[in-house]
Amino acid sequence: MSAIQYIKDIYNAVKSLLIGMKQTGYYFTHHKEIITQNYPEEKQQLAERFRGEVVLTHDSNNEHKCTGCTACELACPNGTIKIVTKFELTPEGKKKKAIDKFVYHLELCTMCNLCIVACPTDAIKMDQAFEHSVFDRSQLTKVLNKPGSKIMEGVE
Amino acid sequence: MLEEVSAVDQGDMIINIGPQHPSTHGVLQLVVTLNGETIKKVEPHLGFIHRSIEKMCESLTYRQFIYVTSRMDYLSSHINNHGCALCVEKGMQIEIPDRAKVIRVLMDELTRIASHELWWGAMAMDLGAFTPFFLSFRERETITDIMEDTCGARLTMNYIVPGGVMAELHPDFQKKVKAFIKLFREKADQYNELVTGNIIFQSRMKNVGVLSKEDAISYGCTGPTARGSGVNCDIRKLYPYEIYDQLKFDEVIETGCDSFSRYLVRVKEMYQSISIIEQLIDNIPEGDFQAKTKAVLKLPKGEFYTRVETARGELGVYIVSEGATTPYRIKFRSPGFSNLSALNHMAKGGKIGDLVAMMGTLDLVIPDIDR
Repeated sequence: MSAIQYIKDIYNAVKSLLIGMKQTGYYFTHHKEIITQNYPEEKQQLAERFRGEVVLTHDSNNEHKCTGCTACELACPNGTIKIVTKFELTPEGKKKKAIDKFVYHLELCTMCNLCIVACPTDAIKMDQAFEHSVFDRSQLTKVLNKPGSKIMEGVE
Repeated sequence: MLEEVSAVDQGDMIINIGPQHPSTHGVLQLVVTLNGETIKKVEPHLGFIHRSIEKMCESLTYRQFIYVTSRMDYLSSHINNHGCALCVEKGMQIEIPDRAKVIRVLMDELTRIASHELWWGAMAMDLGAFTPFFLSFRERETITDIMEDTCGARLTMNYIVPGGVMAELHPDFQKKVKAFIKLFREKADQYNELVTGNIIFQSRMKNVGVLSKEDAISYGCTGPTARGSGVNCDIRKLYPYEIYDQLKFDEVIETGCDSFSRYLVRVKEMYQSISIIEQLIDNIPEGDFQAKTKAVLKLPKGEFYTRVETARGELGVYIVSEGATTPYRIKFRSPGFSNLSALNHMAKGGKIGDLVAMMGTLDLVIPDIDR
């Protein structure tokens, strides 16, 4: 290798490094572009469709839309949802199927959204809550229908 | 083709790289036989993250099994889902609406950019540059936000269903994608300056891990790994699916056959993906996002095979159906597995310090290899 080539190589190497250092210098003098967050104190607004957990929506009268058709239970790939049904007597004295418990195993759920798509009455939806860590695994098994809730008028 | 396994000579050293090593990008164990600093043999040991996804799929219905495939190649999960949905649609002979096709392709290309960006940062970090890792993650964040808006998840999207896509695009989708294209064009050149031109980076990549065209073909390499060796293997060009045959884009081929060519292929592919997105983003046709399908999907008896181009190469989905609601057998031909098999050939005779560069440019995703 000739001496000229040697010096040329060094010149090119230093030049390419300086070009890279330009970026470093830019961020050193532009603090405003810092994008990290202090997570537990500052929380980001999550997307509307973010899939955090399944919830059964209740209105102000403590009524929900779940008919207990088990479409979500069949659609779930992991066996996350278990619906326990019971028979209620209507005022006319007829027997009618209603949900007793909507059991949701959050520990098995992969948030694939298939149950929400399968639901014919839009009774369940995905919620944005994502901080699910608990000390005991059994706390992740939830009953989604609130105590004393009943099915909304007119939902079949 | 088969290379003889030489017995360990005196003075040789056998060391383990992984399964817990930052540059293996997951739980991959490499048993390396060394003579001094020179590599004599690299033996990848797999199975640390095997979840028997293929077997799991046999107990899931044709709607349900798609979400599991997001967990194979988690960086291009959308494209995995796409391949599976295409196979089911082929079996069911479902014609999907144009709008769904365009949405799928748009999402595919966004996923490809996100995957390549993450690879770019990780690759540079493997070779000792720390800043690119943060820079690429920051830009990738924009894509994951777009994904989160529309699909509802950042990594394992599960947005594709047989017959189309799961939901309508988010109202802000076009605006955000256009903002991303602008950002990408602005930043990518700066990043090229930072890394690609860097003399240390170049000398660590050039003439390292040479894989000739013939070897790339015989080891079954696909994707950017093979295209860096001059193999013409882009599934989007060779066997176009969805609307890829109507789009204008180049198949990026480099003939250097070394790590640097593979690096260049991926960097240039990002620009190609951006140009595909630019062609489509203003021309999303109106209409349904999902075709009407039966409540219970039953594939007719037979065998179905489709392939898609993921960020890593060719993903093949092979379904054997007995006419039931669940598949009889599913086999995934994953790109990472074949690409990894060329590692021993590439590394032989090289130096141990270069092994990281070779592994980096193969773009290994271990869950994709193990399934």
